[in-house]
Amino acid sequence: MGEHSSAARVEARVFGESELMPIDENMPSGVLLTQVAKFVNWARAGSLWPATFGLACCAIEMMATGAPTHDLARFGMEVFRASPRQADLMIVAGRVSQKMAPVLRQIYDQMAEPKWVISMGVCASAGGMFNNYAIVQGVDQLVPVDVYLGGCPPRPEQLMDAILLLHDKIRKGPLVKS
Amino acid sequence: MLSEFIRGFGVTLKHMVRKPVTIQYPEKKKDYAARYHGRHQLNRYADGIEKCIGCELCAWACPADAIYVQGADNTPDARFSPGERYAIDYQINYLRCIFCGLCIEACPTRALTMTQEDEVTSTTRESMIFTKEMLLAPVVAGVKPAPHTDAEVTARGEEYYGGFAFTTPLASAQAAEGQAGVSGPASLGTEPPPAGVGPSLPTTRETDQAATALNAEPAPFAPEARSEDIVPEEIKHDE
Repeated sequence: MGEHSSAARVEARVFGESELMPIDENMPSGVLLTQVAKFVNWARAGSLWPATFGLACCAIEMMATGAPTHDLARFGMEVFRASPRQADLMIVAGRVSQKMAPVLRQIYDQMAEPKWVISMGVCASAGGMFNNYAIVQGVDQLVPVDVYLGGCPPRPEQLMDAILLLHDKIRKGPLVKS
Repeated sequence: MLSEFIRGFGVTLKHMVRKPVTIQYPEKKKDYAARYHGRHQLNRYADGIEKCIGCELCAWACPADAIYVQGADNTPDARFSPGERYAIDYQINYLRCIFCGLCIEACPTRALTMTQEDEVTSTTRESMIFTKEMLLAPVVAGVKPAPHTDAEVTARGEEYYGGFAFTTPLASAQAAEGQAGVSGPASLGTEPPPAGVGPSLPTTRETDQAATALNAEPAPFAPEARSEDIVPEEIKHDE
């Protein structure tokens, strides 16, 4: 059995030659874990806990998104955690100066895995209109960004659109980040 | 004592029956103002001709250097816009655009306007750069999209911003050289447009200057620093 390649094993299964094979060997690979991943990702997408990382005017819109008119609680993520250790989503809302960059990276490092980043607004995404030495030209130079969001500042609707896109991405994502 | 009790809970009860203020966003959307600064759109005339003349004024007006325009000449066989030039490439980088609307103010032909649509969200940086195809207004059913011939355009006799679409005498002459003996739309440019309508044709002296300029070896396209910033660098950046 050991010298059989996986292709040979599949062939053996198809032609019914190895009825005595252990059941997990006969299973198409990853059926169980796929279902687990689906469930876990559903749960992850349903209860994201954002860290408060408001840096500029985008933060005002981020707060408005949490307010009753737009009500982020509908997506299970109304609690903006003040501690990065309790958060798994960082919404970088606003321009990141060179001086703020190490702080941002540290907060990201302190967040618990699995974690995601939304780059909210043009300043966070690419520097926006601040094409100068003081502003980091896109936070993806510091942290891996999952969703980019345009607008200056984006409306709460746009932020919710980005969040829904992230939910989609999480649901389709792997169980464990490689 | 009892009256306070009732009054106090009355407030709670009142709020219980009040209509919630929450807008159920993905299903319902709040109406934006009529002049809301949303995503851009490159407009067309009713006959499918593009309004953009490739003048780059929007790119110059942009405070965030988000717009990249590359102009090209209209020819008698391929007319994209009224006038001499059209935008062969048009890109807006929505990772820079701050939706201020200065490009709209700068546009001399109202080719660029803003829509109510504002969701520009993506998981990659590349897809946040909108190309001309994405920005162009869709053509109405039954209308031929942009490259028309001069013959088609002049046959319609439609006026664009107070003048006819015509090919410059120089381009007409070049086209005539290519297809000697063929009369028709190519010769149209040599005739002055009807008095009072539209821009006057260039004088002979101006035409000669233009001819000299065009006969000179055309410089290879060298994007300026600001254009480089918009297009290739950010695409490279993500890799």
